[in-house]
Amino acid sequence: MTTVQDLPQIRGVKNIPIQEGYTSGHRTCQGCESALVMRLMIKAAGPRTIVVGSTGCMYVANTTYYSTPWVVPWMHTQLGSSGSAAMGTAAGLASQMRKGKMKNEPINVIAFCGDGGGVDMGLSAVSAALQHDEYNLLILCYDNESYANTDIQVSGSSPWGANSTFSPPGKVHNIMNKRWKKNTAPMLAVGHPNCRYVATACGSYGLDFTNKIRRALTIGGPTFIHSIDPCPKGWDYDPKYSHELGMLAVETGIWVQYEIVDGELILNGPTKAIANGIRKRKPVEDYLMRQGRFAHFTPDDLKMFQAKIDESWEKWWIPGVVPMSPEAGA
Amino acid sequence: MTIAPAQAAMYQEEREELISGSEAIGIACALADVDVITAYPIRPYDTVMQYVSKLKADGAFDCDFIVAESEHSQFEIVKHASAVGARTFCGSSGVGWFYAFEAIAVTAGLRLPVVAMVGNRALDDPGAFGVEHNDALAVRDLGWMLYWVATAQEALDIALLAYKVAEDPRVFLPFALSCDGSFLTHSQAIVNVPTFEQVQKFLPNYDRGRLLLHPDNPITIAPQVNEDWLMEIRRQSDEAMRRSTAVIKEHYEDFKRTFGRGDPSPFIEEYMVDDAEIVLVGMGTLALPARVAVRRLREAGKKVGFLRVKFFRPFATEEIQEALSRCKAVAVIDRDYSYGSPANGGVLFNELRSAMYAASNHPHILNFIAGLGGREVLVRDINGIVDTTQQAIDIGKIEQETTWVAVRE
Repeated sequence: MTTVQDLPQIRGVKNIPIQEGYTSGHRTCQGCESALVMRLMIKAAGPRTIVVGSTGCMYVANTTYYSTPWVVPWMHTQLGSSGSAAMGTAAGLASQMRKGKMKNEPINVIAFCGDGGGVDMGLSAVSAALQHDEYNLLILCYDNESYANTDIQVSGSSPWGANSTFSPPGKVHNIMNKRWKKNTAPMLAVGHPNCRYVATACGSYGLDFTNKIRRALTIGGPTFIHSIDPCPKGWDYDPKYSHELGMLAVETGIWVQYEIVDGELILNGPTKAIANGIRKRKPVEDYLMRQGRFAHFTPDDLKMFQAKIDESWEKWWIPGVVPMSPEAGA
Repeated sequence: MTIAPAQAAMYQEEREELISGSEAIGIACALADVDVITAYPIRPYDTVMQYVSKLKADGAFDCDFIVAESEHSQFEIVKHASAVGARTFCGSSGVGWFYAFEAIAVTAGLRLPVVAMVGNRALDDPGAFGVEHNDALAVRDLGWMLYWVATAQEALDIALLAYKVAEDPRVFLPFALSCDGSFLTHSQAIVNVPTFEQVQKFLPNYDRGRLLLHPDNPITIAPQVNEDWLMEIRRQSDEAMRRSTAVIKEHYEDFKRTFGRGDPSPFIEEYMVDDAEIVLVGMGTLALPARVAVRRLREAGKKVGFLRVKFFRPFATEEIQEALSRCKAVAVIDRDYSYGSPANGGVLFNELRSAMYAASNHPHILNFIAGLGGREVLVRDINGIVDTTQQAIDIGKIEQETTWVAVRE
């Protein structure tokens, strides 16, 4: 196994590296939180990093031939291939370094995917990558809760009831997306016991985000981070509110912030305060009604949504994280 | 560069081994010191991976051997390993090859010199393990070099040539070694196994040069180009494929010098074609019954020859035109089909007939669909093909362009 870089945790936002690895040359939307996620990701990882990006906004909007925002080496991979791309890159480096065909040094390998690439199509390859603990790699799923690059179509990671071009509210069916958002990070953590680091993250909490990237890259083996990225275009709100919506997602208890390090669950930030009873969860309405994609919700829809979130905090074995419970009395 | 001691020890002396076509390719991978190999099970190609995994387990092959969770991942992994400078190998068969098709298509688009083995297999449903060529032929338009192997020796030899040609910066295109399922993948023959020293003399390390994806060379690969640039980039791939013809010739000559064996041409094999009135054309292991039939017909005084198309891509148009410049009729035997195509014929037939349009000689060209799903093509089937072709010569026209051979009607 190749060695990992020593990337110390950053204490205080002022200590985040000034050096940029993702700079001008992209054409992401105003208020694009995923662009910030890319920028923080590569700030945390540093220049000795190879980034591979699967098809999605962060491919199409970022890299237009003759211009690239990437200061680090960057390569496109297919929609369902973030896991295989990370593994292929890591294996190619490891093999050549072991055999003396390439200078032996720790090089970070990060593959990112959107929710379409990570939660839907690429899940099988992500899962396979997380089984191969001989390779050091990070898979970052930037989740803007729809296929936002292709016109905003519903994905397996879209919230229940969200308006999308494949789930528009109509005269007969007010709710077209009847699927509840996939619980991806816990599924991957539970399913891959040798994977040493799985975390959720949100760009609204920049320092926390940056440090999570660093922990994932320094712990060794394959790791996974799932970030929630508010998307002005897909969620239908004024771009200036991206940060605020990310925070609201956490404060309402809809998005839960945590790390699973060597099997230990560590809650972060507002999530921890909610779990400890220090902070009360805000009503989901405060978050949902700020977004056009939920504008068609009836009071009953809001009630149903709130009840599901309440259930995840009150009934789940590990609140907000693991839904099943041990057999009563066992 | 360091070769694992057990790996180096295995190939210190030239020797003969009784091995299958799959095993021959596995040995070629060890000799080429491939860095990353990905496997996923499907018959019949996977025998190569069983062999490679055993070599690795015994310490006789130092490679990263990854058992992927699908063919798609298999081909994606080697694609990315190749981009960071690793020599790679993978393969598949039939529908498995198709499952990987997205990755296969972009590998050529990215000009990555991945070498893959296709253990030709029918595209079931309905279920069939046997050989058909439609799986590998599906990449014919995408920028893969495509070679049809006939013997285990050829499998080993061309696997080595494949790396040398694919990794030549003038080419940088992926290379598929097509091997007939069972007839080649599982059939053993005596193979001359070269030494490491010979192979290292012939095959330099893979050097991705200024296209290497590495922090020391921070490039962006495969950005969005759209209508602004795609046509120019396609044109570059086209030029690379055009250049590959000369590169193949050059390296094949080098191969023959280093290893002391090989045919006059890397692209086609001619068997008694010179004075033949009827030339049979086919690919892969069909060569065996075809040669036997030709020999017997020659003994009976019939002027018949056999032309084996080895490289389907690049297609050796001029060599084939020249080889068929003297005959009266050509019988193309396809182990594939192309429903609804011109003459409702096979892929090789339509390709060859198109190549012959600009030739000076215009023999009758007939098509025979045979041996689908692994059905054996017998000497008597070939005799029948020659009879039908003779009729066209006798009456001066083709009554039926495409005939299905030995099919229950």
